[in-house]
Amino acid sequence: MTDTAEKSPHQIDVKEFHPRARAALHNPQIRQNFRKAMDGLMSKRTAAFEGWDLETLRDLGANIRKRALANLPDLLEQLEQKLTENGIKVHWAVDADEACKIVRDICVARDAKSVIKGKSMVSEEMELNHYLQERGIEALESDLGEYIVQLADETPSHIIMPAIHKNTEEISQLLHDKTGTNLSHDVNYLTASARLQLREKFMNADVGVSGVNFAVAETGTLCLVENEGNGRMTTTVPPCHIAVTGIEKVVPSIEDVTGLLALLTRSATGQHITTYFNMISGPRKADELDGPEEVHLVLVDNGRSSIYQDDQLVDTLRCIRCGACMNHCPVYTRVGGHAYGTTYPGPIGKILMPHLIGLDEGRHLPSASSLCGACGEVCPVKIPIPDLLVRLRQESVDGDKLHPARVRGHGAKRNTVEAMIWKGWGLMHSRPGFYRFGTGIAAKFRKLQPGSLGGWTQYRTAPKLAPKTLHQRMKERQQ
Amino acid sequence: MADPIKVYPSKPEKVYFYGTCLIDLFYPDAGMAGIQLLEREGIEVLFPEDQTCCGQPAFTSGYHDDARAVARSQLDLFPEDWPIVVPSGSCGGMMRKHYPDLFKDTPDDVRAAEIAGRVWELTDFLLNACHIKLKDLGEPATVAMHTSCSARREMGVATVGPALLGQLENVELVEQVRAEECCGFGGTFAIRHPEISGAMVSEKVGTLVDTGARDFVTTDCGCLMNIDGYAEKNQQPIKGQHILSFLWQRTNATGEQTGKGGDKQ
Amino acid sequence: MSARDTILQRLRHRSGGELTAPACDFSVLQRPDWSTAEKLDLFQKMIESVHGEVHRTSESAWVDILAGLLKSRGAQTLLVSRESQVGRTLKDAASSRDDLPDLLVYDEAIEHWQQELFNTVDVGITSTRGGIAETGSLILWPSADEPRLMSLVPPIHVAVLYASELYSTFHQAMLAQRWHERMPTNALLISGPSKTADIEQTLAYGVHGPKELIVLVIE
Repeated sequence: MTDTAEKSPHQIDVKEFHPRARAALHNPQIRQNFRKAMDGLMSKRTAAFEGWDLETLRDLGANIRKRALANLPDLLEQLEQKLTENGIKVHWAVDADEACKIVRDICVARDAKSVIKGKSMVSEEMELNHYLQERGIEALESDLGEYIVQLADETPSHIIMPAIHKNTEEISQLLHDKTGTNLSHDVNYLTASARLQLREKFMNADVGVSGVNFAVAETGTLCLVENEGNGRMTTTVPPCHIAVTGIEKVVPSIEDVTGLLALLTRSATGQHITTYFNMISGPRKADELDGPEEVHLVLVDNGRSSIYQDDQLVDTLRCIRCGACMNHCPVYTRVGGHAYGTTYPGPIGKILMPHLIGLDEGRHLPSASSLCGACGEVCPVKIPIPDLLVRLRQESVDGDKLHPARVRGHGAKRNTVEAMIWKGWGLMHSRPGFYRFGTGIAAKFRKLQPGSLGGWTQYRTAPKLAPKTLHQRMKERQQ
Repeated sequence: MADPIKVYPSKPEKVYFYGTCLIDLFYPDAGMAGIQLLEREGIEVLFPEDQTCCGQPAFTSGYHDDARAVARSQLDLFPEDWPIVVPSGSCGGMMRKHYPDLFKDTPDDVRAAEIAGRVWELTDFLLNACHIKLKDLGEPATVAMHTSCSARREMGVATVGPALLGQLENVELVEQVRAEECCGFGGTFAIRHPEISGAMVSEKVGTLVDTGARDFVTTDCGCLMNIDGYAEKNQQPIKGQHILSFLWQRTNATGEQTGKGGDKQ
Repeated sequence: MSARDTILQRLRHRSGGELTAPACDFSVLQRPDWSTAEKLDLFQKMIESVHGEVHRTSESAWVDILAGLLKSRGAQTLLVSRESQVGRTLKDAASSRDDLPDLLVYDEAIEHWQQELFNTVDVGITSTRGGIAETGSLILWPSADEPRLMSLVPPIHVAVLYASELYSTFHQAMLAQRWHERMPTNALLISGPSKTADIEQTLAYGVHGPKELIVLVIE
């Protein structure tokens, strides 16, 4: 285990998944924080869906998203046209870097020195804050969870609750160290301090950057969910608002929003609705007295059009970023979000990130799952996550000649030894006589079974071979 | 995902019994118990001699060519139209849910789909196709049920084990907290990510011990060896067996003890 | 080739097969045909569960109620709109009573008085375009007359809701009000005072939006 892994499971690059997961597993604070948080989120979700025909509602969610994806290019064009008619400027970015440049260029054109940010996972994907900061533009997070994470110089550990890995004591210490607040366990006091600190920032920011939950093609509308009010502040107070979104977030009609919203907030935090549902369809009109004079939307591809090519993998793009999958994931609960080392952690991270960073850099992601299926069971848009994980495992080892792999970095985990083991296993198990002979021998010589079987016997006794196989006993029976 | 609506066959004359490789090697008693339970219901059990493995370990590891090669051999085992009963949620799930996809774009696609449609997890079959009625002949006992993830989510049989145990008059079924959470086996997951798997099984054993029960049952041998193995290594007061072994022991008059988890070594 | 062309081309010439666009059945969102009384009860229950405050009143009495509520909170300044019914009623009332806070009319672009809005205004009062019972939500379409910041910046937001304009669900409201025909610059659903659970999932109210949401329901 490296030094840095010991110090903090929060800061290492993705190739070191194992040491970081190990550090998290042995960190009682992380184990406790996540267990408590996930248990709470799971039970809240269950309570919120009481009385609903949940399967039918999920079917609706899946169908809305499938319909959108089936017409994605046309919808994006319609969205662009409608937004433009409404006065919103639309930009397209092939990758994260291009998206950052677009945001920077808008800032430069406006001589903007400070950006205030509403919560946006795409902007995390872009590493926008870092990009802007390097170019002399301050980017400050306004969502309390993101604000905390920014102060700690970390990344979010959950896509909905960015600071979920920290408990009150840790947050109190952090706010004290970085902003001078008193050490306190009074959440109201800590929240009030953050409100005060950020109010000035809203008033003085040159540009507000936000994400988008749903982009409606029919009406040219950008929809945002939030509880704090920072999203409305970010998209209303600064004279320029830039929204960034993945290209998959578009839906055809405004009616679609009602189905997705009903699923999103309940799946994410167990809320029937968030405090604010904010729908923006244009900049300030001539007779209006507030709101930004300029509104931009940056459509970010960054690997999504690659995912779109494949009939099975395209389901990944249905995601509405609710976080229910990670809330229910036994692996995520135990290692926390930072262990994955990727923008998006948990089950959605495991099926999405390989397309963004490649199966080579993300080599541990598809296998870090017991395929329990809890994620697929709660996904509001019925993404078959376990099936996609198995597909990505096949891609990782180039394991199917009939369906040649195509995901970036495919084959990265293929190694000759393992391939030979499976080949041998395959040969033995497709030759029944050979199988019966081999297993018969194993049963006979079971006392020679090694007591130590690597990772297995680290935690468990070895399974005990029976004196006679079922085959042998059935044979005897027939005689 | 589990079928929302399953159409069970009526109780047939014969069934094919697909034992699974884990039962073959480690828990043959459970296999025998299953066969005897079926025979007691008046069903003739066909045991295709050439059965080996459903192919799942290679499948979930991404080696689909190898998985397909092994699975293809299994397709030859069930020529007649009898139900195929499998004493495992995991292997049953592999055959029922994943064989159609595995053989997509191959000449065996129709055959694989047809066979997949005939696969049933054994306790589900006993309860819902045979309408088995169990008479408890045993002493009072308390037991917990571990429903595997595949039994729960792929085969949709979470209520079956409790229903069968509920028929046993002298058996008290207790439920552990977070019963739906994975035990950490996940096939090769336990080998590739031993620490995460170890953390999961540790918590699972803890919740089982907390029920006060000293015994648990399950449909899946992978979970069984995982949970039992952890409990044994760490001297935890909980011991498991396959639910079929348990049901046979409790209900057969000869008092034949098939043993817990395998014959004496 | 521009980024736009690159992206659209990749999407249009995908290597897979045909993607189906299934029909979408929204009937799962329907709720029973609740009466106004039932809708109001549910609305109140939902919004109170997240610390919203509801007062049932009438056309003739709401100003009295408002005055009492704001007096007990020591509110000094009340932000009103120029032309709306709510704004005009209050301006008329203010001329004949002294128990209301000082009225400030939102009639200038925000750039001219931002500091004043953020630092001195205690309460903002807006009308609504109805509400949603199922989720305890107010529908607001800020406008040139009732700008967006009225319901966001002052620490107290008072909203006037007509009980007859309560819908059962968002879907029902959206269809009844024909949102697909045109959307305003900004449309909002407001379902309580601002809050966060980012600190160890403990709820705290009054983050960046109003700390208090008071709904005056005109029955």
